[in-house]
Amino acid sequence: MARDLTLAYGETVVQRDVSFEVPRGCVFVIMGGSGCGKSTLLRAMIGLLEPAGGEVLYDGTSFWAADPDERESITRRFGVSYQGGALWSSMTLAENVALPLEEYTDLDGDEIARIASLKLALMGLAGFEEYYPSDISGGMRKRAALARATALDPDILFFDEPSAGLDPISSERLDELILELRDSMGMTIVVVTHELASIFTIADDSILLNAESKTMIARGKPSDLLEGSSDPRVVEFLSRGRKGVAAESDRRIDRPEAMI
Amino acid sequence: MSTSRSDDGTLVVRLEGVWSVEGGIPSADPVIHEILKPPAPTRIAFDASALEDWDSSLLVFARQLGDAAGASGVKVDPSGLPAGARRLIDLAAAVPERADARKKTRRDRPLARLGRGALSLFETTRGLVRFIGMAFLSFLRLLGGRARVRGRDFWLFVQDAGVDALPIVSLISFLIGVILAFIGGVQLRQFGALVWTANIVGIGMVRYLGPMMAAIIMAGRTGSAYAAQLGTMTVNEEIDALRTLGISPIDFLVLPRMLALVLMLPLLTLYADFVGILGGAVVGTVAFGLGIQEYLSQTQSILTTKDFLSGLNMAASYGVLIAIAGCFQGMSSGRSAAAVGDATTKAVVMAIVLVVLATAFWTVLYDILGI
Repeated sequence: MARDLTLAYGETVVQRDVSFEVPRGCVFVIMGGSGCGKSTLLRAMIGLLEPAGGEVLYDGTSFWAADPDERESITRRFGVSYQGGALWSSMTLAENVALPLEEYTDLDGDEIARIASLKLALMGLAGFEEYYPSDISGGMRKRAALARATALDPDILFFDEPSAGLDPISSERLDELILELRDSMGMTIVVVTHELASIFTIADDSILLNAESKTMIARGKPSDLLEGSSDPRVVEFLSRGRKGVAAESDRRIDRPEAMI
Repeated sequence: MSTSRSDDGTLVVRLEGVWSVEGGIPSADPVIHEILKPPAPTRIAFDASALEDWDSSLLVFARQLGDAAGASGVKVDPSGLPAGARRLIDLAAAVPERADARKKTRRDRPLARLGRGALSLFETTRGLVRFIGMAFLSFLRLLGGRARVRGRDFWLFVQDAGVDALPIVSLISFLIGVILAFIGGVQLRQFGALVWTANIVGIGMVRYLGPMMAAIIMAGRTGSAYAAQLGTMTVNEEIDALRTLGISPIDFLVLPRMLALVLMLPLLTLYADFVGILGGAVVGTVAFGLGIQEYLSQTQSILTTKDFLSGLNMAASYGVLIAIAGCFQGMSSGRSAAAVGDATTKAVVMAIVLVVLATAFWTVLYDILGI
């Protein structure tokens, strides 16, 4: 839960007075245009950027006011998948997934290897245990990052731009994985994205940040916001992608030579 | 967890309590033992009515059991598992392992490893020669006014390899002068020839140690930086971007670095020579009681322009070698953080080896030419 959160880099305020509550076991999407502060908000939520004001609360405990031990026990419940994957390049995929297990459990090497193998198989990467991040494609890296983020079966999974740089099929498969993790393991999943196709597919609840006003301008299920919001900025954001896709496909049909 | 057999030969695995990774994964061995014990069960079923909570540990257990049952030809009925676990097990099996995905581990014999090492060395040498050729052609293009070099970049590299390196060159050269003077002075005092300490420091600094120390500092400081910069640019596909724009990365990235270092290293060497002589003079006057005038006159009498020029010639050649080592390793870097680290290490090692080899070459050549 965020309460009156103000985010800033030095003197530059990115967002102010952001307040919302993330329901347990849902996919919560933080959306907004490029540069509106979505990833900054995520960084404040996962403990990488101290907010200039306000609080981030987990089960009533203020993260930034907590002592280091309390903070560690909170972050222990997180899994984070970063925009570029952030896999450790000197480790194999299996080692990437195994590291949090080695760090936080008493499991022996075989058990850890079995869990790492399972997590990679869940992400469609069976057999790729011994590959290094540089050996695989961008989409596979995203899935491997998700395998690492879910290694400890976290209560809350944070996901920064899951669809960025992926083809539509990989993106769709990642959306399905997110929904499956919610349904099967009851995870609460917080996703930062501006990809409208993903937003409408996965979001149970969402907020929309605006770069001009530097505030949160909408809260609710995206489809409800599109139907019911009276704020033209909200309607424009949520409908623009659909119009854009339609216009683009029309243009391609009209001028097939323009595709080359 | 416990097992029982029903009348129809079904092995029922009863799951109880909380299954958590933190509590460890229960061993599947007792159940596998039951599967292998004759008579073999007709199928395996699960009873999760007493299961309170579960996580990945249950999935790992069920997967392990599934593999063992499959190997024995026994069917597994997952319907007794929690619905979420069933879905995840299905998901893990949804994308079958690609036939060629798993890497084959190959252990070479020592002779094969030696051969592979020799081939790798050959490839590196070939790459290095090719790189030197490309750099030379790029230099010719620059002379012909056809190379694409940004002046602003060049002056930044000049500043980095020149003025910014002065503090560390000052410190090291001064201390080298001090060390030389102490070693020489202690020995020469026994023969009443203390004033010759100035000769040892002067000749030592100007002809060899000045250029060499400046080169080693620049190999560690600037050569490694070049490798790291170009390696990171490789990782970020910046070099690919230049190539696709039709801009030669050698002209654009390597040439300004190389020229900056070739220009600055002789100047740094000249500076290092004087600071080293100053360090020797401090020891000569303070520790051995020589007069400053006497010390400097002795230094002046022994050093000739030829000594300075031979040192500066060596320094210029070191500049070329350090820049080549740094830029070559950076441009040949792999596309990961570890590869950039490797490239940086290799650049420093290669530069120092080349500097030492070049010193040996110049020493022999000067001796033959009587310089």
